[in-house]
Amino acid sequence: MKLPESLIESRVWRSIVRHGIRATNRNRVMAVMESLVLHLHPARVRRRSLEASRTYFLGAISLILFAILTATGLLLMLYYHPSVPQAYDDMKELQFTVSNGMFLRNLHRWPAHAMVIVVFLHMLRVFYHRAYRPPREFNWVIGVVLLLLTLLLSYTGYLLPWDQLAFWAVSVGTNMVKAMPLLGPPIRFLLLGGNVVGENALLRFYVLHCVMLPLAIMFLVALHLWRVRKDGGLAGAGRTGRSERGEA
Amino acid sequence: MTEYRLEPSSDATATPKRLAILRPETAARVLVDRDETVMTVPHLLLREIILIQICVVALAVLSLFFDSPLEGIADPTNTPNPAKAPWYFLGLQELLHYFPPVVAGVLIPGLVVMAMVVIPYFRTNLEDRGFLEGSPRRQMTLLTMFTVAIVAFLAAWRVWAVMVPTLVLYSAMVLPSLPPCPPSWRRRLVRVTLSDWIMTWFVAVAVILTLIGTFFRGPGWKWIWPWQGGVSL
Repeated sequence: MKLPESLIESRVWRSIVRHGIRATNRNRVMAVMESLVLHLHPARVRRRSLEASRTYFLGAISLILFAILTATGLLLMLYYHPSVPQAYDDMKELQFTVSNGMFLRNLHRWPAHAMVIVVFLHMLRVFYHRAYRPPREFNWVIGVVLLLLTLLLSYTGYLLPWDQLAFWAVSVGTNMVKAMPLLGPPIRFLLLGGNVVGENALLRFYVLHCVMLPLAIMFLVALHLWRVRKDGGLAGAGRTGRSERGEA
Repeated sequence: MTEYRLEPSSDATATPKRLAILRPETAARVLVDRDETVMTVPHLLLREIILIQICVVALAVLSLFFDSPLEGIADPTNTPNPAKAPWYFLGLQELLHYFPPVVAGVLIPGLVVMAMVVIPYFRTNLEDRGFLEGSPRRQMTLLTMFTVAIVAFLAAWRVWAVMVPTLVLYSAMVLPSLPPCPPSWRRRLVRVTLSDWIMTWFVAVAVILTLIGTFFRGPGWKWIWPWQGGVSL
């Protein structure tokens, strides 16, 4: 089907798609330069870096899981009040009243567990492939921070259902923080908004889980991916090591 | 920075009439840059789209068949026995069973995070020399002394869950220098670098501690079998 030329050459269309349809060199170049895909990716990639054994796609899967978690998390926020005991009642609502509520909750919980595992595996892949070596030192450090943020994100989300499982898991964890000399008790107080896991803690964990930590992760993921490109693309197995020298 | 190397080449397609001046530590990068490339659209994009679909479908199917747990409403006066942290912290909680809280909850995780951050700044062993390549006897003596110290420490604290994987790893490390080792194994094991051994040890310990904390700990943090107690994730 051919779109009418008057539509394609209209001001509105051209404000969205900058390049015209005639196969001029200018249009060809603009089609490439304006593609979002090619803004995020280089125009060409190494064939070897597409092989599964190079990355096992673990970084990509982490990002996909984060996207799934964002989508289902936003929908869950429509049904959730971060207050006691309403939070727990909302879980029951999801289970028994909301259409596909339980499915929605499952599609947030299982990807969350999966993300912890996949991000950890991603770190192992990068380590065993020596992909942290210069010039990628700092990207590795960003990755370590992203791993910690993933754990924190999962941990703050763990409290939100406000059932016995959530409450005591978070109590055990925050009691560990208390063991830290000097800084422990004030950090715990700051995290919980008090001395016990209560209504203030639920609200703080909610804000951390839904706003602060996701924003931090998004910013660092952007930096992480940008640096992958700036540092010379994907690093593969033994890039600077034995296999590069043709010994393996 | 100071050391430059002149690389003469007769291959005009690879080095067309120019001098390639390489610093030794960037040589590998230049090599890799000669790899064959393909267009991002469609080769990479297609893989990404397929990957997204596989992930979404797999997790949707999982979510249809397995429901998230939900226990009774939070009750600060009713402590469950055992009270467990989320599964990814159960390795640390298992350590809490052996060590005082400052060690298990602060010192060990703090050191692990610090060690991970500084990993890329150690510019040692860039040529990936295997642990037993070079002077195996000296390496072996150091390794054995180090292992004996660690095992003695772990035995003093009765941390069997860490001691057993430590000894298994040690056996794998010394295996190449024992006569009954098959030559194909020896060739592989000799090449494994020290950093890989350390990381593998860390991962093995972390996984075993987490599995024990998740599946093998019941009331009073006593040992139970997985089929004796339920697991809530």
